[in-house]
Amino acid sequence: MIKFFLMVNKQGQTRLSRYYEHVEIHKRTMLEAEVIKNCLSRSKEQCSFIEYKDFKLVYRQYAALFIVVGINETENEMAVYELIHNFVEVLDRYFSRVEKWYVMLNDQEVNDNSHYHLTKTNTHLSFFFQSELDVSFPIMFNLDRVHIILDEMVLNGCIVETNKNRILAPLFVLDKMAES
Amino acid sequence: MSDVVERTLSALPGLLGQQDPGAGPGGGPGRVSATSRLGGLIRSITALSSKHEEEKLIQQEQTNLKATVSAPTTTLRLMKECMVRLIYCEMLGYESSFGYIHAIKLAQQGNLLEKRVGYLAVSLFLHENHELLLLLVNTVVKDLQSTNLVEVCMALTVVSQIFPREMIPAVLPLIEDKLQHSKEIIRRKAVQALYKFYLIAPNQVQHIHDKFRKALCDRDVGVMAASLHIYLQMIKKNASGYKDLTESFVSILKQVVGGKLPIDFNYHSVPAPWLQIQLLRILGLLGKDDPRTSELMYDVLDESLRRAEINHNITYGLKALTYVIQQDPNLALQHQMTIIECLDHPDPIIKRETLELLYRITNGQNVTVIVQKMLDYLRQSKEEYTIINLTGKIAELVEKYAPDNEWFIQTMNAVFSVGGDVMHPDIPNNFLRLLAEGFDDEKEDEELRLYAVQSYLSLLEEEDTFYPQKFLQVMSWVLGEYSYLINDGDPEVIITRLHRLLKQTFVTSETKAWIMTAVTKMSSRMSCSKTVDKLIQEFSTSLDTCMRQYAFELKHLCENKELMKNLFPLDASCDEIMVDASLSFLDGFVAEGLSCGAAPYKPHHQRQEEKLSQEKALNFEPYGLSFTSNMSSSGFTGRQSPAGLSLGSDMSGNSAELGQKETNCLKLDGVRKLWGKEGYLPKKENKTGKEDKTQPVPQDSILTAHVVDPPLMQSEQQVVSLSEEEKEKQQLASTLFVGLGSNSTISLMGRADIITQKLKKKSKISETQNSEEASSFQNIATLPFSPLPDTTPNNKENFQGNEHLGLRKISLSSSEVLEASVSFETSQSVTEVGLDEQLSNCRLSTSSLFADSNIEVFQPPQNVPDIVANKAPLSLCLPEELAGHPHSEIVELCSSDILTVYWCKVWTDDCSRLVLFVANNSTSPLKTVNLVFESAEHFKIFESLSCHFPVIEAQSMESCQKCVQLEKVCTEGVLSGSISYHLDTDTHLEFSLTFSLSDFIRPMKMTTEDFGRLWLSFSNDVKQNLKMSPSQGSLSIALNALKQKLKLHIVEIIGNEGIAACRLLPSVPCLLHCRTHARTLALWFRSSCSALPDSLLYQCQKVMEEA
Repeated sequence: MIKFFLMVNKQGQTRLSRYYEHVEIHKRTMLEAEVIKNCLSRSKEQCSFIEYKDFKLVYRQYAALFIVVGINETENEMAVYELIHNFVEVLDRYFSRVEKWYVMLNDQEVNDNSHYHLTKTNTHLSFFFQSELDVSFPIMFNLDRVHIILDEMVLNGCIVETNKNRILAPLFVLDKMAES
Repeated sequence: MSDVVERTLSALPGLLGQQDPGAGPGGGPGRVSATSRLGGLIRSITALSSKHEEEKLIQQEQTNLKATVSAPTTTLRLMKECMVRLIYCEMLGYESSFGYIHAIKLAQQGNLLEKRVGYLAVSLFLHENHELLLLLVNTVVKDLQSTNLVEVCMALTVVSQIFPREMIPAVLPLIEDKLQHSKEIIRRKAVQALYKFYLIAPNQVQHIHDKFRKALCDRDVGVMAASLHIYLQMIKKNASGYKDLTESFVSILKQVVGGKLPIDFNYHSVPAPWLQIQLLRILGLLGKDDPRTSELMYDVLDESLRRAEINHNITYGLKALTYVIQQDPNLALQHQMTIIECLDHPDPIIKRETLELLYRITNGQNVTVIVQKMLDYLRQSKEEYTIINLTGKIAELVEKYAPDNEWFIQTMNAVFSVGGDVMHPDIPNNFLRLLAEGFDDEKEDEELRLYAVQSYLSLLEEEDTFYPQKFLQVMSWVLGEYSYLINDGDPEVIITRLHRLLKQTFVTSETKAWIMTAVTKMSSRMSCSKTVDKLIQEFSTSLDTCMRQYAFELKHLCENKELMKNLFPLDASCDEIMVDASLSFLDGFVAEGLSCGAAPYKPHHQRQEEKLSQEKALNFEPYGLSFTSNMSSSGFTGRQSPAGLSLGSDMSGNSAELGQKETNCLKLDGVRKLWGKEGYLPKKENKTGKEDKTQPVPQDSILTAHVVDPPLMQSEQQVVSLSEEEKEKQQLASTLFVGLGSNSTISLMGRADIITQKLKKKSKISETQNSEEASSFQNIATLPFSPLPDTTPNNKENFQGNEHLGLRKISLSSSEVLEASVSFETSQSVTEVGLDEQLSNCRLSTSSLFADSNIEVFQPPQNVPDIVANKAPLSLCLPEELAGHPHSEIVELCSSDILTVYWCKVWTDDCSRLVLFVANNSTSPLKTVNLVFESAEHFKIFESLSCHFPVIEAQSMESCQKCVQLEKVCTEGVLSGSISYHLDTDTHLEFSLTFSLSDFIRPMKMTTEDFGRLWLSFSNDVKQNLKMSPSQGSLSIALNALKQKLKLHIVEIIGNEGIAACRLLPSVPCLLHCRTHARTLALWFRSSCSALPDSLLYQCQKVMEEA
């Protein structure tokens, strides 16, 4: 089961947080600070799973942005590890479809954190991970939509949908209706 | 960073400005104007450089927001933006509760996107029990009925995220309808909502179980997948109820693996990996301990395994391998070089996983290498959890596969010195037990013991070396018991060394007790010893009363060598001691005493009562239980210092206490006796096991060199020109992986079988060890100091204790068979049951690695007594006579247009009162309103089951109250009833409300003395050890949590022990004794009511889980 889902930048600033069990607000900030400290202390050669207190952290780094997921031991680390990437791919697809920004950015190789290999089809992820930009920018400006996407994928700490078309369908409808 | 931001910002106007002509309606992604308020906030946030700046910024922002959200002119579109800004504030850690109500409003009033953001904000801001949540219910109901699918979707999403439990009935029928909806997404989300309901109120969805089945068979994959979440939970609770579905799950998995799903379910060309995992989880649960069901799965599992590519991520590969290896050790051979590399990996987490893997492939031939690797890791490790985990594993491997005595003792020495005092107490216990019981071969046993003695002597030779207390205890026991085996050594030397230890400051008083025992045992074998005399003299004046006691005992024993020799026979730690429980040998003495005018014997509790009535003197009576609690395996440390704590007071000559002391000793004897007689079985087992154990010894070196499996040879031939380093690794590989794989078992046929067999026996032994070791270990330490029993006030109790132990053993032995065959053996002779167990391990039990987890923890608490429901109007207030008592929140129970019923519980001292308020919302008076409760199984409602209001005036309210009592003890129960009234037509409203056991529990004030007295008089008891999370820390925190939630009265807390008392209304007392030890909380309940301890324990568990 997933306990929380975080997007944090290298400076330790939270860019998105979603908790699947109630945590007091002031405890959240403390937790997030510790979590990112843990992730930052690890080199790229180290593996992406950390045992932390009574739960585990699964994280991936995309340029300066960390996506960190806290899970309990009933959850499969690898499932979550790939979930993170799936999530990023969904974001990418969403923004690339609605946005024109990425065209303006060159197709730079994603900053690979060496434990996985992105396929060629993913190169336009670079939109997010352009080292020139604060990678969390598009996320920050669309915080509500990123949350909506995440809500389609994870509910009550369970992975409920991983099919990209299905994840995005409700949001596309919303956008379309808002437009008209 | 600031540099990056600056550049970003400079780029922004170009990017954002073009697309955003002042934030058009709704606004697509990225349409937030950089110049808008939100844009400004984001800009400021990214530019933040200190916490102080952040505080200032957010405070300012909150002030602005407060003004904006409450301004009547604020449009919904602006409100939506405000919500996002609020989300930012909260995300940065600044509570912004002023906006919560506006989030609800936005969800209510907004157009689609605004509504969605409103719902989103609600789900982010509010928690499960937030009172505002009730205001959302109407909106949800409305949206569920909407013709716009998007709105229905949103409503379903929010319901499956957060919904008040009490309001489920309001939406349940609507959601059930959606299960038949033509659109996949609606059906899927409806199932997700039902899953949420199942989590928070499983009873409420019980009636739609057949609809879950329909969802499982849905033509759409998504709907089916959603239903799996529900099934996983249900199967977790009760696997046997869903065995019939195994074939369905298997066929689904077959289709998934076979690529029958639509292509967009693939993830990087793997068909729906998450779905596969979920299915495997379910199959694992279904197949656990059930070979017949497992049989159905083998095919598809094989298929999934073959199709699954080993991932690049190294740990994952390792993890997968770890599980897979249990099924097929050959796989480890294929990846041996990877594994070797992982051993030297800089990341400690990967290293540990590797060790975990190696642990699973350990056999008699590679044990030395693998254990060495583990010890290396252990020495570097600082983390307590790792140490506990690894020492346990090493000890297990050593015990199973030790090739020779020397290695066995040396390795255990290393474990004891590194594992120190954090390792599991079973480790020294098992070790000593093994040493004491020995094997079939008397000579072999002696050699082992002799070697142990010698090695400890040489360790103690060095002065000023620090050893952990546990290790010192082990050493002193072994020396005391077996030092006679050294023929040429001078016992004087050994005693000198022990004496030196006694004077060290780092040695705890518990360890000193062990050392004294050893000295006593040894001196019984010597005619006289200067050191002993010196020691007696030294400690006779010690300030430590325990030590003084020991010294005196030793002194008196030394004066009567004959008696001493009788008391300490050579090598008799495993012999039975017969106890004359009736103490018939004292009859003459008693008769004589009586004839000389001595007072007749008074039973223990009588004496205590008299004492209590006499005066308020300090009580040294430890309410007679703390020293008997060592029957539980983990709960005995800290208690070995045999009864020393209470003995201290004996020294002052308080003769009344003597009885108590003897009771303690007696008890131990009683336990011991049982252990001796019935516990003999494992010992015999052990003996037969020894034969096998020694067999692999001579072969080991030869095998390592020559018997290399074909796959290994191949790999060696392939890489002829290996670098030196590579060769080293290869060599390591061959030592590690020797004895694995099917081919090796051909040449080692006989041996492989033996190993399996040995394992079976061993695991049996260790099963029983757990339960018995504690008591036996204890006895070994304390026995010498037990004066002969002469009174038996508590004899009866001892035997009860014995029975208890015996029962536990029976239940253990039934599981042994299974356990034994589950051994992850490396040979091919894995039985079906074994395989089946492994299957379930495969996916499910990471718990074996990260023990003691409970997913329930993350579920919303289901039993919170103060339920939050529709807030009642403020005018509601309790009747005067109840106003001063604690009560639950007044909430709505049921309502119609005309009438609303509110209720609350009032917890008075003598009963639990149910107060009902009936409000007439209409403009005309209501006549003949009748409120009737159904008679409930567990509860009794006083006076009558009904309540009659002849008339309720328009817009006014009536109340009635009922006293509820728990008739049959249960943890939770439902009271249901109905209210009917007549206005134009007859209307009938049904309602139900929940009472839990804690509603009927009240604190019971008493003194420690009273507690002790009551404790002895109760016969129904329940014991349980609970794990405490680190945050629960100390005993007082845990007890306070229990006090608050369960209304216990804490009688006293002394150190790591505490006692508390409560009563079940009207006056059934229940006593609790608890003790903390190494993150476990040992709870012991006693009561005069048989069902009460059990139910209270359950409540305590819940409290501890929630905390």
